[in-house]
Amino acid sequence: MKCDFCDKKATVFLTQLVEGQMKKVCLCDPCAKERGVTDPTGFSLADLLLGGVPVGAGPGGTTPPATAGGGRKCPTCGFTLDDLRRVRRFGCSDCYATFSDEVGQIIRGMHQGSSHVGKVPAGLMALHIRHQRIEQLRARLDQAITSESYEEAAGIRDEIRNLSETKI
Amino acid sequence: MMRFSTLIKHPADWMTGGLGEHGAVLTSRIRLARNLRRHPFPGWAKREQRAAALELMRPAVEALPAMKDAFSQELGDLSSVQKQVLVERHLISREHAARGVGSAAVIERRQTLSLMLNEEDHLRMQAIRPGLQLTAAFAALSELDTELENSLEFAFDPTLGYLTTCPTNLGTGLRASAMLHLPGLVLSDQIGQVLQSVNKIGLAVRGLYGEGTESLGNLYQISNQSTLGESEETIIRRLERVIAQVASHEQNAREKLLDDDPEMVSDKIGRAYGVLRHAHIIDSKEALNHLSLLRLGSSLGFFPPQVVILCDTLLMDIQPAHLQLHSGRKLSPDERDALRAEIVRSRLHSLESPGSYITGSEPQSLSDPNQPGDP
Repeated sequence: MKCDFCDKKATVFLTQLVEGQMKKVCLCDPCAKERGVTDPTGFSLADLLLGGVPVGAGPGGTTPPATAGGGRKCPTCGFTLDDLRRVRRFGCSDCYATFSDEVGQIIRGMHQGSSHVGKVPAGLMALHIRHQRIEQLRARLDQAITSESYEEAAGIRDEIRNLSETKI
Repeated sequence: MMRFSTLIKHPADWMTGGLGEHGAVLTSRIRLARNLRRHPFPGWAKREQRAAALELMRPAVEALPAMKDAFSQELGDLSSVQKQVLVERHLISREHAARGVGSAAVIERRQTLSLMLNEEDHLRMQAIRPGLQLTAAFAALSELDTELENSLEFAFDPTLGYLTTCPTNLGTGLRASAMLHLPGLVLSDQIGQVLQSVNKIGLAVRGLYGEGTESLGNLYQISNQSTLGESEETIIRRLERVIAQVASHEQNAREKLLDDDPEMVSDKIGRAYGVLRHAHIIDSKEALNHLSLLRLGSSLGFFPPQVVILCDTLLMDIQPAHLQLHSGRKLSPDERDALRAEIVRSRLHSLESPGSYITGSEPQSLSDPNQPGDP
């Protein structure tokens, strides 16, 4: 079998659950090393498949530019993905947005849940309530689509749009 | 502003109140982690950035009504012994004590509230209460936190909650913990089982000084690990329920020990009394373990009830930094062991031998003249 990234013979085979689906990747020795596959703490197949990590593969979307070989970098404090992998801590509160993909992975299984319940700073209360409402609506939207109630889904979609555009 | 010597002169309220309905619970502590928006976290910040964050936080904290006339010092201005004393009193963390310029400690007069500035997070706030009072401690601390929101902008995300340096504190930023004295469970060999089941429901068990410290004097801390996905109230309610259960297991274990093997219990308590009353050299570990038995003896009626308070106060006073502060100079380990023995002897000199304080019918065998023993 050939490596998924070059034409060499694959020697490393990975199977992992990514968003509920079984994914397989085959790599040759050099590619496996380059992508940190041999380091079990710093590797997720999701990164590999979604193009988050591969060195040289230009990260897309809103991701800030990568420094030479150092991974992404937080625009507020300069903390890099490498720093995060090394210390498993963050550089500033904006890092959570910068490395939002990694955050999900890091906190998986760490806590009782993945979404905050409890105290909210007084000034942010209105914002928080709106956010929770949108989350609820999104869940209902998914349900509506699954049950093919498209009329209801359209209504919910409009409601979400309205809420998202409201200024507080 | 309050001086260090004034702050430390008296034992804190919470050290001398452990006589409540759950005799096994010494103290309840609540810690909240908060960070400033847009400022790099202390561990990543450059020196000037850390100083800037401190400059913003310190006046806000000192202006709190609860912190009127509080003790407030930059850690660089405290000696290592002074910092260590604060650690031994659980007023700052070991990690915080390792810091200097750019970090500060602000501690309320009665030592029930303490704030660490530029610890791992910008703010680590703590409230301590005697006995099992996590709810009350949280109420006090949350009020303080809400007041601080008026002057400081905390980093918060609708999904992740309060944002912290380490993702293990995300969400509520809450660590609730209680210090428990569990000699009954240790002596009856049930401790492993109990702690394992506590662990299984996602709570952490640690020794006297937190993470990575061994359990001395049969003292254990139980705390929550998860901070995200559950409200403060839910976390605290579960913890209080579990702690009350452990305390009641402890109570049962003590009663059963006394029923099954009164001689063993009397012997252990009597020996501990003998050593503490007469030793001239005693290390920290030995002293803590004997004080633990003295405390147990008091709750079983071998000594008057206030001996519990005496033990809890001694628990602090015989720690290495407290001894050095007491003597006013650096002490070698040998000198500390001698001074420790001297302090313990002097505090206990008027405490009568166990057996003269038998209450009720439980330790009857002690006063039985037919009991085999010394001629």
